[in-house]
Amino acid sequence: MVDAPPARRTGRARDTAGIGVARAVTFVSPALVLIGLFLVFPALWTIYIGITDYTLTGTASVAPKIVGLGNFVEALDDALFGNALWLTLVFVLGSAVIGQNFLGFALAWLLRGARPALRRVVESLVLMSWILPSVVVAYLWIALLDRDGGTLGALIGSPGTAWLVEYPMASLVVFNTWRGTAFSMLLYSSALAAVPPSQLETARSVGASGWQTVRDVVFPHIRGHVLTNTLLISLWTANDFGPFLLTAGGPNHASETLPVFIYQQAVPSGRLGYAAAVSVLLLLVNLVVSAVYLLLLRKRS
Amino acid sequence: MRRTATRTAAAASTLTMALVLSGCLGQEQESDAGRNADAKDVTLTITSNSDAGGKNEINARWIEEWVIPEFTKQQKDKGVNVTIEHDGIGVDDADYKAKVALDFGTDIGGDIVEIDGIWLGEFAQGGQIRPLTDVVGDEVDSWDGWDQIPDAVEALGAFEDQRYGIPLGTDGRVIFFNKKLFAKAGLPADWQPTSWEDITEAAVALKKLPGVVPLQLNAGTAMTEATTMQAVLPLLAGTGSEVWADGKWQGGTDDMTAVLDLYQRIYQGGLGDPVLQQEAKGRDKSFEMFSQNKIGILFEGDYLWRGVLSADGVAPMADRDTAVGWAKIPARTPGSGVDGQDFVSMSGGSIRVINPKTEFPQQAWELLEFMNSAEATKVRLGDTAQITQRDDVNAEVLTGDPMLSFVAEEILPITRFRPGLADYPKVSAALQQATADVVAGRSAAEASAAYQAAMVKAVGEDAVSGG
Repeated sequence: MVDAPPARRTGRARDTAGIGVARAVTFVSPALVLIGLFLVFPALWTIYIGITDYTLTGTASVAPKIVGLGNFVEALDDALFGNALWLTLVFVLGSAVIGQNFLGFALAWLLRGARPALRRVVESLVLMSWILPSVVVAYLWIALLDRDGGTLGALIGSPGTAWLVEYPMASLVVFNTWRGTAFSMLLYSSALAAVPPSQLETARSVGASGWQTVRDVVFPHIRGHVLTNTLLISLWTANDFGPFLLTAGGPNHASETLPVFIYQQAVPSGRLGYAAAVSVLLLLVNLVVSAVYLLLLRKRS
Repeated sequence: MRRTATRTAAAASTLTMALVLSGCLGQEQESDAGRNADAKDVTLTITSNSDAGGKNEINARWIEEWVIPEFTKQQKDKGVNVTIEHDGIGVDDADYKAKVALDFGTDIGGDIVEIDGIWLGEFAQGGQIRPLTDVVGDEVDSWDGWDQIPDAVEALGAFEDQRYGIPLGTDGRVIFFNKKLFAKAGLPADWQPTSWEDITEAAVALKKLPGVVPLQLNAGTAMTEATTMQAVLPLLAGTGSEVWADGKWQGGTDDMTAVLDLYQRIYQGGLGDPVLQQEAKGRDKSFEMFSQNKIGILFEGDYLWRGVLSADGVAPMADRDTAVGWAKIPARTPGSGVDGQDFVSMSGGSIRVINPKTEFPQQAWELLEFMNSAEATKVRLGDTAQITQRDDVNAEVLTGDPMLSFVAEEILPITRFRPGLADYPKVSAALQQATADVVAGRSAAEASAAYQAAMVKAVGEDAVSGG
């Protein structure tokens, strides 16, 4: 990861900071130790547990056996794993790639020319949903969506709809869009500030529509931001455990995204080996997603 | 060159790490039962699923306001300084089990831990808990309290003929019903169904009342063990089958299909509320609705009477004593139950075990004995009633409570206990999933076939009957 591009392999080119390799190593070693301790070590540990039949209780918790790739093979054959993978995809696409991205950009774009007071109010409101603790937010959303006396039911005059049971995934997508839009909004706000006003002026003077301006003038300037933003929110969303607080994966696995599935397998079912293997698969999915984005980013430059 | 060296070093350290790690998983420690027996400063923690101001409030208050001060005083007279903490939370049983299982894996768990008797098998097989004679010593067997505990109750705390813990008591499953709603629907106040048909007929009558869910029969995975214990197992017993018999688990047999068919009639026939069964907090909601006269018939354990609807319960019902009726759970048809019984039930109960990792095994046992004395047990109940582990206490306290004396006299003689085997939780999960499938709209036959397949996968084909 930290390697210099292979094209420049001469000693001087590698020593860009001019402090000598030994000193450079000294400087980065605390960071590397931390990464090793809290990132590499747990990842290897997870892979190791993933090839055993380790459980929380029972005989396999005393003497776990190495089962090789058995857990991975089982996961790929497990309808519930397929279900979780699919729901994670729906969740990421719906709430992050589409929901947070578009809503965040729309807010940033519309607030660009708004009065500072209005802008501050809207921004603080959107930020609120982002900074509140998950447990508090989950409680509020359950109160909103509950079947008995839920706020939404009362507002739209249809009490008795159990949103979290009847439309679990749709509820989660809306919830997570609401929850995470602030980040995209802030990122796009600062990205839009980097678009030269003269180009926007020109676009306006030649009579470009709003959409044309966004597509042909704004987008080329913020393409890198879009990719970075999408990468970050996709990964966060894929790993998000928030859905558990709202639906616990139910009803009948209808909202069981991968992190919830892993938790259900690991703790309530006690299958630590299997859950670790699925965690590794989730890690792989994340790595693939990151690689694709990074490739796109590199293409740009 | 340097780079190659670094890589080699990294690979080597990775390998070393992996080797070190591989030695760590699931090691069991041996220790001396007499350790710290003469300590003058002792710290003990009691872990329970109870919370002063929440779930099982009576238990939490008893520990905090009676056990801790009294035991501390008693020890002080002997010159020992004891500090006892109560690690009490009031949560779903499944969450509590996860907490306890994780606690046992660390050194921070309680010294005396309350667990559901049905978890004993897997914890014992995993070495997370060990026989009392191993942890404390042979003097455990000479405790005079054992004579007061009936064998069936004592078995809750035993695994493979060894005592692991002392039960807190036992319970029984019945059908609760709301007499006020029954009167409105023209049903008798002394209702006692003698077949499943009688139950669904009453539900049909209750369906005419507006805003009332006629019948709740726990189902689905969100209800966890409550689905299995309050509903599937008593119904299965009513078909003449047991979940574990002759070394095999019940598969997708005709009897299982019959049970799922009753679910189908109830939840696809509009007699129960399928949404309630699928909500994350569905069981708590069913308690609340029953206390608000919104559910006609509810299959539950006597916990509903003493821990939920009582004045200090989680969903108090002011007119509980006059409005709530109870009946025995009938077999599918008269005489079709296990051993030809007309009525069936299931029982279980919590036990208290000593954490093998405790620093003070002798003092922990002393505290456990103290908590299970006749006096302590009576104080625990206060002015409430419960079927405790002790015959001498039961003889005094049950007479004042019609519901609990009904359970003691009518239910305990006909009840069954779950098999305390390590595979049981997997079987229970498969049973819950089968009912979840029916509630979600699949047919009983489909759900039964899926259940058979899940069971073969969970416990192996040789251990499953039918199919």
